[in-house]
Amino acid sequence: MSKIIVVTSGKGGVGKTTTSANFSSGLALRGQKTVVIDFDVGLRNLDLIMGCERRVVYDIIDVINGEATLHQALIKDKNCEHLYILAASQTRDKDALNLEGVERILNELRESFDYIICDSPAGIESGAFMAMYFADHALVVTNPEVSSVRDSDRILGIMAAKSKRAVEGRAPIEEHLLITRYNPKRAEAEEMLKVEDIEDMLRIPLIGVIPESESVLFASNSGIPAIHQKSDVAEAYKDVVSRFIGEAVPMRFVSGKVGFLKRLFGDR
Amino acid sequence: MTTMTLAEPAFKIKIANLPLWVIHVHNNNMAQIKRQLASRLSQTPDFFSHTPVVLGLSAVANSQTKFDFTALTTLMWEHGMRLIGVQGGSTEHQAAATQAGLSLFPDAPLRNSPVFPDPTPAQPLPPLVIDKPVRAGQKIYAENTDLVVLAIVNAGAELIADGDIHVYAPLRGRAMAGAQGNQSARIFVQSLEAELLSIAGCFQMFEEGIPQDVRNHPVQVYLDEARLVIQSY
Ligand SMILES: Nc1ncnc2c1ncn2[C@@H]1O[C@H](COP(=O)(O)OP(=O)(O)OP(=O)(O)O)[C@@H](O)[C@H]1O
Ligand SMILES: [Mg+2]
Repeated sequence: MSKIIVVTSGKGGVGKTTTSANFSSGLALRGQKTVVIDFDVGLRNLDLIMGCERRVVYDIIDVINGEATLHQALIKDKNCEHLYILAASQTRDKDALNLEGVERILNELRESFDYIICDSPAGIESGAFMAMYFADHALVVTNPEVSSVRDSDRILGIMAAKSKRAVEGRAPIEEHLLITRYNPKRAEAEEMLKVEDIEDMLRIPLIGVIPESESVLFASNSGIPAIHQKSDVAEAYKDVVSRFIGEAVPMRFVSGKVGFLKRLFGDR
Repeated sequence: MTTMTLAEPAFKIKIANLPLWVIHVHNNNMAQIKRQLASRLSQTPDFFSHTPVVLGLSAVANSQTKFDFTALTTLMWEHGMRLIGVQGGSTEHQAAATQAGLSLFPDAPLRNSPVFPDPTPAQPLPPLVIDKPVRAGQKIYAENTDLVVLAIVNAGAELIADGDIHVYAPLRGRAMAGAQGNQSARIFVQSLEAELLSIAGCFQMFEEGIPQDVRNHPVQVYLDEARLVIQSY
């Protein structure tokens, strides 16, 4: 049975698209048939991070409007065998999305994919609602700052009340806390929230901590998600994928202590 | 253009249920009312600012005593209260109030009033029990009953109950018990970290943080003569 996973946050710019790109790549690298959908209509940039912007011919709105088939709109990822991308439109206005159209697309994708990743836009308006409505799981992307935690709390409340699962009284969306842009040293110096503080405020299971790192910026500029390179961020996203598919992996990158090998050979 | 078109009405009449303060008086001793009002309001001098209030006369409806409504209006004005009418009272009271330019509000029906006998003894309603976190932007209302929350109540969340409120986890949002005016309602909290506490409309906000002696403590909150008491235990 395929799973629909929304990557959401409420607050903007916290790392949803970065997470969608790396998480979907990570699942595909583990042999899972995966598709990642950009719901950020008007501001598409998943295709940039995945390095496929020049190959976007049709997008999700074209499929909803019946102007293209899913088959025509899906773009095969250049780095992973099992990964496909459904881009958002840059030119349409965001009201072009509608629940019936999204449901039709998801149902069709369920037939051929194991995992369907929905990259949500920021905010709590219709775009974010469409992205989470049909979800089975949610990766709640949170930065170690109060405003981000508060917005994550808000989106968790909305999912608990308004998702399809909630409306139909089925088992709720499975929630996973993903802390990104974490800097253990700054957290220890109390310049940022600590992992425990965020867990205490949100009270949902932690699936991973992604360190703050320049490698993310290099990766998005080169159009190859960080998970394909050698870095802490790549390791951290691989851990998240392992935990998601049920493997027990110890939490890394949460403390500021530098390991022995790292001290010998330096960062990166 | 100076002509007015009939198609555009200049006003619209709507009914509104506005919150209103009622000051229930127990006697007509002006000196005593004056003194007690001044002392009660001295701690929160800005609490009433041009706030409409109604004088509740139910408790003195059967007495022959007379009220000087004009003097009362002036006295209450000094405390920021705008006396707009009276509720209940005898026909003489109501006549005097009308004379003084005040409006008349019907007496609220009393729960155990013999005029409206309750055929069956009232069954207490079961409490509303919430076992999931109450998150920013969520509001929970326990109508005519108590509210019991077994999970965290986060900043930006709101609990409202006509009865008591129990939170067996940290309370970081707002809690309002006795929302319909029940002054004996209480709030019980396992760890007090709230943004606002209120009982029967008497509230306290914590913009400057919660006092050290009750912060993160288990507490109960109740009203003592319109004063909110936060007691840790
Ligand atoms: N772990 C990280 N370390 C450093 N920078 C990061 C990290 N994750 C994301 N960023 C940077 O943060 C910015 C926002 O990331 P991203 O676009 O993934 O966020 P988003 O939540 O999708 O934003 P939006 O709400 O606008 O869709 C980008 O510049 C990205 O490079
Ligand atoms: Mg994004």
